[in-house]
Amino acid sequence: MRSHPVGRVGAAAAAGTCLALLLTACGSGYGDTPEGDGALTVLFGSSGEAETAAVKAALAAWSEESGVPAEAIPAQDLVQQLRQGFAGGDPADVFYVSPDLFQQYAEGGSLYPYGDQIEDVDDFYPALRDSYTYEDELYCVPKDYNTHALVINTDLWEEAGLGDDDIPTSWEELAETAEQLTEGDRVGFALNGDYNSAGTFMLQAGGWFVNDDNTEATGDTPENLAALDYLTTGLDEGYFSFVKDIDAQSGSEALGRGRAAMVMDGGWVTGAFDNDYPELNWRAVELPEGPGGQATTVFSNCWGIAEASGDHEAAVDLVRYLTSPEQQQAFAEDFGAVPPRESLADWTAETFPEKAAFAAGVDYARGQVPVPGFMSVLNEFTTGMQGVAAGSAEPADVLAQLQRDGEEALGE
Amino acid sequence: MTETRTAPPAGGGAPSPRPARSGRLRPPRRRRPTGAEETRAGWLLSAPALLALLLFLVAPVLMALWVSFLDWNGQSNPFDGDQEFVGADNYRRLLAEDTLLHRDFMVSVRNTVYFVALNVPAVTALAFALALVVNQRILKGRGFFRTVFYFPSITSSVAVSIVFLFLFQGSGAVNGLLALAGVDGPNWFTDSRGVLHILMAALGLTEPGRTPEWAGGTLGGLPLWEWLSGPSVAMCAIIALTTWASSGTFMLFFLAGLQNIPASVYEAAMIDGASAWQRFRYVTLPLMRRSVTLVMTLALIASWQVFDQVYIMSQGSPAKTTLTPAYLSYARSFGDGQFGAGAAMAFVLFAIIVVLTVVQRWIGRERD
Repeated sequence: MRSHPVGRVGAAAAAGTCLALLLTACGSGYGDTPEGDGALTVLFGSSGEAETAAVKAALAAWSEESGVPAEAIPAQDLVQQLRQGFAGGDPADVFYVSPDLFQQYAEGGSLYPYGDQIEDVDDFYPALRDSYTYEDELYCVPKDYNTHALVINTDLWEEAGLGDDDIPTSWEELAETAEQLTEGDRVGFALNGDYNSAGTFMLQAGGWFVNDDNTEATGDTPENLAALDYLTTGLDEGYFSFVKDIDAQSGSEALGRGRAAMVMDGGWVTGAFDNDYPELNWRAVELPEGPGGQATTVFSNCWGIAEASGDHEAAVDLVRYLTSPEQQQAFAEDFGAVPPRESLADWTAETFPEKAAFAAGVDYARGQVPVPGFMSVLNEFTTGMQGVAAGSAEPADVLAQLQRDGEEALGE
Repeated sequence: MTETRTAPPAGGGAPSPRPARSGRLRPPRRRRPTGAEETRAGWLLSAPALLALLLFLVAPVLMALWVSFLDWNGQSNPFDGDQEFVGADNYRRLLAEDTLLHRDFMVSVRNTVYFVALNVPAVTALAFALALVVNQRILKGRGFFRTVFYFPSITSSVAVSIVFLFLFQGSGAVNGLLALAGVDGPNWFTDSRGVLHILMAALGLTEPGRTPEWAGGTLGGLPLWEWLSGPSVAMCAIIALTTWASSGTFMLFFLAGLQNIPASVYEAAMIDGASAWQRFRYVTLPLMRRSVTLVMTLALIASWQVFDQVYIMSQGSPAKTTLTPAYLSYARSFGDGQFGAGAAMAFVLFAIIVVLTVVQRWIGRERD
């Protein structure tokens, strides 16, 4: 290709200018706080059609009342879409936030702390408020919750000649009952095997991944080792199993397909049983006590409000409406969300007896680790647990690794 | 750019119309454009494409490069100067220090090395074979088969991944077929055992679940024994999927190459008494060298960028044996909010791909 030297230089200069302009243009979209546009957008990760419809109906009812339009946006990938919004300076006004990401968002200044504007905030369970408190400030209020409980296939239970008195209340009894219920290719007790399920046993032993303030890694404690040793013994003896090792994706599938007689799982199993295994006879009971007492993990989401939103007042008003006792009862009836209010505990237990065990756990539960950067640490720990199950790793080594990785993430 | 002036292809093509040399009709005389005008027109005409490239390719790459030098949590404007500039820290943590990030990255590199080693030869051979089949003149319904073989390429990778999840379930169709042959199939997507480990144990060279003494060292933060694991059983399922799904596109490349070989060459070979195998070995293969190099290069690049299948099917599990650099970069960025580290990983991946591609092109170069 022929070209004049001058033309080439000129073209290069032009291209450079173009690029500079483009970069500034791209950059300028960031960071400007948008003016309130008098309308709200609500981004949420829906568990299914029932939840989507219920949220939409609630927003429509609130809009009717307040005169502020509110649009429901069910997310395909909530975390990704939310981050795109934050980075672009134009996030949704209201959205779901999970505890494991909460601190990242709070630290990054993306969340508008509105806890003190909710009048009856003390009615929400303390374990849940803890999950959404950063530097002594409650940033967002919970929308619902679930805890790990023991789910039993009652047909197999009765077949084995077991009754109500036989429900395990200690680790020893859990192991004994599991052994009794193990038969052929069916294990007595199955758990997910990820960091959440191992974590519940660590809590029961009196241990956990981090200390009470989430400031120090406490991976290689004797309590955690006791929990892992207990699980390892059961796995080695063959009456415990991780669900993936019995060709199931979840606890509900393992129980539903008769691959396990008992599983540890959260309240979301009720939906799975209704949809996939309507014939199954099951019941959920509270988990047995460990050497450290009664404990379980609580899972939840809260209603976050974007700091970058221009409509804080309307957004808080919307959240107040969505978390009101009446609306939480409606959500519970529509898609099974357990109300996070203590004042609704009795109503929940009466209306949804099958969920009572999942709901009750919140009194002695702890929320997921909120430390930023801990997700990789916990995933590495899950990998270690898979090694333990496969017999290629020792619990003590896995915990030592957890300690090192935890310290690194916490910057100790 | 001078190559384009070579003679038109030997076979086929309509003969270019020649201007009639009659004295009566002469085209109106036009002033030839000067060089400067040609240059200007050239830039003008290519400006839209150039702008699009700058906007959607060069600019994002430069922005990502900037982010890779920051401690950026993905919640603010990375260009307003509020983020901590950490220099090469992200790269150091990724490559030089014994961090979880470093170990994860080395695991993902290990996984991808085995992915490349299996996927690239497999997809090249499969695509070549498919192209040979549909290039046959005597094949009835060639159009039908071409469509069928190309179909996986235009099917959504999400849909394909989910179908494969079902196929490779413990009680799925693949294991059903294996059971017919009397083989007890593994629990594909939960089996983290390396294929080489299984092989070595089966041959009695090592004890299952135990590291042999000769493989005790570490390399790049990962035990030597881990490097020698081979792809896990789960990874093999993903490799099978990728090979199958990308074979159609590469078949098209080969088909184009095969159709560029003039029939006269084969006729000459036949006159010389070459058998079908000899025609393939001494005529087709040498003439297809460039196509093979091209396909292998593209397959290599694609193998290092595997993301969707892992995102949908396994998220790196079991035991991180299906973790790929692209997925790890995503997980670090969006899961842990460490976008700087994620971006740094993307650039290291870029460097790996460039180096490997150059090496491969050098190996596959035309030698006289």
